[in-house]
Amino acid sequence: MLEKALKGGRGYWVWIAFLLIVAATGFFFYLRQLDYGLGITGMSRDVSWGLYIAQFTFLVGVAASAVMLVLPYYLHDYKAFGKITVLGEFLAVSAVIMCVLFIFVDLGQPSRVMNVLLHPSPTSILFWDMIVLSGYLVINIFTGWVILSCNRKEIPPPGWVKPLIYLSIPWAVSIHTVTAFIYAGLPGRSFWLTAIMAPRFLASAFASGPALLIIFCLILKRYGRFDAGEKAIQALSKIVAYALATSIFFVLVELFTAFYSQIPEHARHFQYLFAGLEGHHNLVPWMWTSAGLAFTALAMLIVPQIRRREGWLAVACTAVFVSLWIEKGLGLVITGFIPSPLDAITEYHPTGTEIAITLGVWAIGLMILTLFYKIFISVQNDIEGTRFKNNN
Amino acid sequence: MTTNRREFLKIAGASALTLVAPAILCPAWAKENVITPSRALTAQRWGMAVDPSKCRADCTDCITACHAVHNVPNFGNPKDEIKWIWTEPFASVFPAEDHTYQGQSLQKLRMPVLCNHCTNPPCVRVCPTKATFQRPDGIVMMDYHRCIGCRLCMAACPYGARSMNYREPRPFIAKINPDFPTRTKGVVEKCNFCEERLVKGLLPACVEACKEKALVFGDMENTRSAIRRLIESRFNLRRRANLGTNPQIYYIL
Repeated sequence: MLEKALKGGRGYWVWIAFLLIVAATGFFFYLRQLDYGLGITGMSRDVSWGLYIAQFTFLVGVAASAVMLVLPYYLHDYKAFGKITVLGEFLAVSAVIMCVLFIFVDLGQPSRVMNVLLHPSPTSILFWDMIVLSGYLVINIFTGWVILSCNRKEIPPPGWVKPLIYLSIPWAVSIHTVTAFIYAGLPGRSFWLTAIMAPRFLASAFASGPALLIIFCLILKRYGRFDAGEKAIQALSKIVAYALATSIFFVLVELFTAFYSQIPEHARHFQYLFAGLEGHHNLVPWMWTSAGLAFTALAMLIVPQIRRREGWLAVACTAVFVSLWIEKGLGLVITGFIPSPLDAITEYHPTGTEIAITLGVWAIGLMILTLFYKIFISVQNDIEGTRFKNNN
Repeated sequence: MTTNRREFLKIAGASALTLVAPAILCPAWAKENVITPSRALTAQRWGMAVDPSKCRADCTDCITACHAVHNVPNFGNPKDEIKWIWTEPFASVFPAEDHTYQGQSLQKLRMPVLCNHCTNPPCVRVCPTKATFQRPDGIVMMDYHRCIGCRLCMAACPYGARSMNYREPRPFIAKINPDFPTRTKGVVEKCNFCEERLVKGLLPACVEACKEKALVFGDMENTRSAIRRLIESRFNLRRRANLGTNPQIYYIL
């Protein structure tokens, strides 16, 4: 099936070439980072995690969201999702690969990464995250690929795939829960020290992932001769609406506890996020943009007339994605360090090198996704083609 | 030579066994024999008392001594800064105890801060490679050769005691002490309670350097030790003790 990725029109190759250039640029800057050290990034003694770990956290959510297709289709026999569950699984695969790459580029000593397996430490959540993420990657590659191969041959998938698919449902929840536990179990970081972290992660994941999938489906419909079907897209948009509402609710719940209790350790982080602290307000415009986009998108998704128009749906889904990327891919990680345990405020500015490497990893992920989707569409079109011939 | 399937499987199986065998057998002869020299200072639980009221204003003797002995680089910027022991104002060390009517003497006081060598250290709990670990005598140690530089320990430490080598440290060390290893870029480091000196029978460098005797080092479990009697007789605070980390640096106030 792989050869199907090698046949494509001009637009396809221009897109691939573009991604290759961005990835190569990222790689070039990564070599510079490798040479100089992580000091080449904006990370500091006080803000010791930045863009990389934030992207990792956000993308774990995108990966976990595949379950929003798999669960309705396999547990509730919701037929409309039958055509696109594979798209969700491939999105999960490329998102997990991006997660792994973001962790990798964030390591000070990447050549020692295998120490995590050589000296397994069950008390470390990062160790468990490595296990659940690699497991999730394997499960999704297998199920996605096997189901697509069977579709191609027009035979039912082999029996052993079903248990694997059922396993992938709790597993998807586990990857984001474990990722939340990396943060939620640290005694000195009050911003993260909240039991609602894992539920909050899951809610925002189930909004951002399906929103991205809707955008991809609309792109494929327009440029890829593949129609996911009105029913599937509308069902997805309802999932996005509910998950987004839950996600907004969870953030408001956090704000209540922080500001009504007025415990400085808890309130000061949120103050920094939304109002600025002692003259430092780097993230304030970002967070209000995120909040504005989230509420606008929610309003758009709730009204059926707007949700049903594809153009507006695309706008709403883009707003959801951008809003949650800011919330999780920018605000959540950095603010945990501001103010520091010694009550110092150090702002974080990602450097050009850091941004180039980040874009490079995104480009690699999008490239893997493009190849997978290209194969998927070619297989689908082949099936339709033979059916068409047989009927005549 | 042709190998049939059966032979191939035999060879493969035997090869696999040689790989696994050492792992199964090694505990029998690999039991670590810890040799403690007779002159070494030992304790059940090392701790330190700090009496900041004894500190001279602007004195940096403890910092200078520590950083010279341990090859701590000076990058000259706060972003990449590495520090094992340094001073902070009262309001930063004890944010919860600070208030508007606090006396000037306390507000202006700068206190030495360092790794608290917690009895229940979160950094050790979160480390994915056991590069940071706790000795039976309570010292929280770093293995610079195992650390992958993920910085989870920095996020976990509630005291900001850990520093990352954001760049190659060696060019920024004023004078390299050949008796202590330098670090590479990409690893985390922190105070080690001078374990390399304790084993030689010497007190930590900061304690030795302090002419005012503001730092007292000793065994917390020994009821007759100087530190134990000091802690029992004077009012003291520990940083963020409410977090359950059980820090072993005691501030006499």
